[in-house]
Amino acid sequence: MLKYIGKRFISMMITIWVIVTLTFFLMHAIPGSPFNQERNTNDTVRKNLEAHYHLDENLFVQYGIYLKSLLQFDFGPSIKQSSTSVNELLSRGFPISFELGSVALLFSIVSGIALGIFAALRHNGVIDYGAMTLAVIGISVPNFIMATLLIQVVAVDLKLLPVATWASYKHMILPALALSMSPLAIIARLTRSSMLEVLTQDYIRTARAKGLSPFKIVVKHALRNALLPVITILGTLVAAVLTGSFVIEKIFAIPGMGQYFVSSINDRDYPVIMGTTVFYSTLLIFLLFLVDIAYGIIDPRIKLHKKEGE
Amino acid sequence: MNTILDVKDLHVSFKTYGGEVQAVRGVSFTVKKGETVAIVGESGCGKSVTAQSIMKLIPNPPGKITSGSILFKGRDLTKISEKEMRKIRGSDISMIFQDPMTSLNPTLTIGDQITEAILQHEPVVTKKEAQFRACEMLGEVGIANPKERLKQFPHQFSGGMRQRIMIAMALVCNPSILIADEPTTALDVTIQAQIIDLFKKIQRNTGVAIIMITHDLGVVAKLADRINVMYAGKVVESGTTSEIFYNPQHPYTKGLLNCVPRLDLERGQPLIPIPGSPPDLFAPPIGCAYSSRCEFAMEVCDAYQPGRTLVAEGHEVNCWLQDQRAKQVKFHLREKTYS
Ligand SMILES: Nc1ncnc2c1ncn2[C@@H]1O[C@H](COP(=O)(O)OP(=O)(O)OP(=O)(O)O)[C@@H](O)[C@H]1O
Ligand SMILES: [Mg+2]
Repeated sequence: MLKYIGKRFISMMITIWVIVTLTFFLMHAIPGSPFNQERNTNDTVRKNLEAHYHLDENLFVQYGIYLKSLLQFDFGPSIKQSSTSVNELLSRGFPISFELGSVALLFSIVSGIALGIFAALRHNGVIDYGAMTLAVIGISVPNFIMATLLIQVVAVDLKLLPVATWASYKHMILPALALSMSPLAIIARLTRSSMLEVLTQDYIRTARAKGLSPFKIVVKHALRNALLPVITILGTLVAAVLTGSFVIEKIFAIPGMGQYFVSSINDRDYPVIMGTTVFYSTLLIFLLFLVDIAYGIIDPRIKLHKKEGE
Repeated sequence: MNTILDVKDLHVSFKTYGGEVQAVRGVSFTVKKGETVAIVGESGCGKSVTAQSIMKLIPNPPGKITSGSILFKGRDLTKISEKEMRKIRGSDISMIFQDPMTSLNPTLTIGDQITEAILQHEPVVTKKEAQFRACEMLGEVGIANPKERLKQFPHQFSGGMRQRIMIAMALVCNPSILIADEPTTALDVTIQAQIIDLFKKIQRNTGVAIIMITHDLGVVAKLADRINVMYAGKVVESGTTSEIFYNPQHPYTKGLLNCVPRLDLERGQPLIPIPGSPPDLFAPPIGCAYSSRCEFAMEVCDAYQPGRTLVAEGHEVNCWLQDQRAKQVKFHLREKTYS
């Protein structure tokens, strides 16, 4: 197991390095520079500024400098907000994004799986059709439309919840709901179809022949196997929630990472672009790693660590 | 009375889009304490449906027991609730299935799967005791190192071993009936022989009655005390193993026997397959279902169901050739096929 984790760690490092390199050079390939839009910079000031941020150096030298600071977990200063570092931006914005993202993800996983199971157990019944109609809507309506709809109906018309911003748990409900809709729908559909398939398996008949109760059969024998495909797509869903949250944060005026990420690209704020990209991809890679471990725990046929002679 | 299972005139059908499949159309047979009763017949004749009906494991919908009774120790299983039935499944009547590769849950350990049956039916038993019993049972069915093996998963066992595990699992609560639905069909020949020996040994040790479902007459010859021959959802002939093998009366039984190699006949005799195929169970024929394939079919066979005739003690057959008026034909036939 340790050997496997070690191996995975090295490959994760390599992946991150590739992402850093690609982002770095792609970012610099975009025309423009952080100081283009600032009207009142004369040439001397701009030169000085560029020198300060090493932007006057050869691209490869800049790359070297960036890698070096990255190894010390330093994402550098923000060019636009010169008094703050990227690390500070991350520590300010990320906890909020993380809260929103994990609430949305948790909600979509729990209710998606529950909905999928109920639909499968009431196969071709009213619950099944209802749940799957909802799922199709959830998948096909983009989250920003869902968000606007929720705001209009729940917040503006019914006045049940606040319209926007991030102050209390009440403020969290609408954005989390909007964000979780499509992953919830995807999980529900996948759980349903995989559950339906598992329920026809021979080992379910064996479990019934043992005299187990339907509850035990579903929870102990069927669910474990039915969740395997769901776990596989969890990584992709995490990525979808992460990127989706940028849009949702913008709509609900939530001070998370989304605002920095979007504005940093417009401003060519190189360190912020790099910092957020590297941070998010590292997070995603780590989560995918966790998914793999979870898969190995649930399915004994998948050996994370190869033992000889089996 | 030591009859523990008495199936009477069982009818089972499946509602499908194409209509109602009458998979079992009036099956009757009995099982006595500690004996082995075989149910043989071609693929699709309703053997598995009969077996699963006894356990009430027929998927419902679409399947349904439409009439008949299944008396187990005097109680009619067709009338009791699902909850009551659950107490019987796995503790009084157990079942093992054809494909050991898919019949065990791949994500649970063998130990877990064996002990859960004990814990389900005997709530007073502790986990430790259950594990001990599972371990003993594994040893009983011939698995070495049972203690370590309990912690392993199904994929770490071969097909033959998995069938042994299935047998252990079925027997761990000391049932009085074990239903084995083609337990050796998916295994290769040497393993088949071992599993058959295992069944014999287990029956000697525990006195469990076995309902052996198979289309392999070789298995039947080695194991069964009595045989029920099924055709198109009905039992067409039943009797002791020696009666069925040496004095078969139904042309279908003879046909089945003609397709297995026999060591007691001259070498080089060709195997004779039965021509044609079984009837459509959506609309079963009014008369004898076998008449369209039967070389001795008479007019009456197409028009009326044959009644049951007692040939010898415990040997019964449903065939018009048994009728007084058909006697000559019958005599002629026996000489022709068994000379
Ligand atoms: N779930 C079902 N839905 C519809 N028809 C079914 C169903 N299960 C069984 N049948 C029908 O019942 C009939 C008997 O099937 P059964 O499985 O008992 O055959 P069998 O004698 O066990 O054959 P085999 O040797 O192939 O196992 C078949 O004609 C089959 O089409
Ligand atoms: Mg069958």
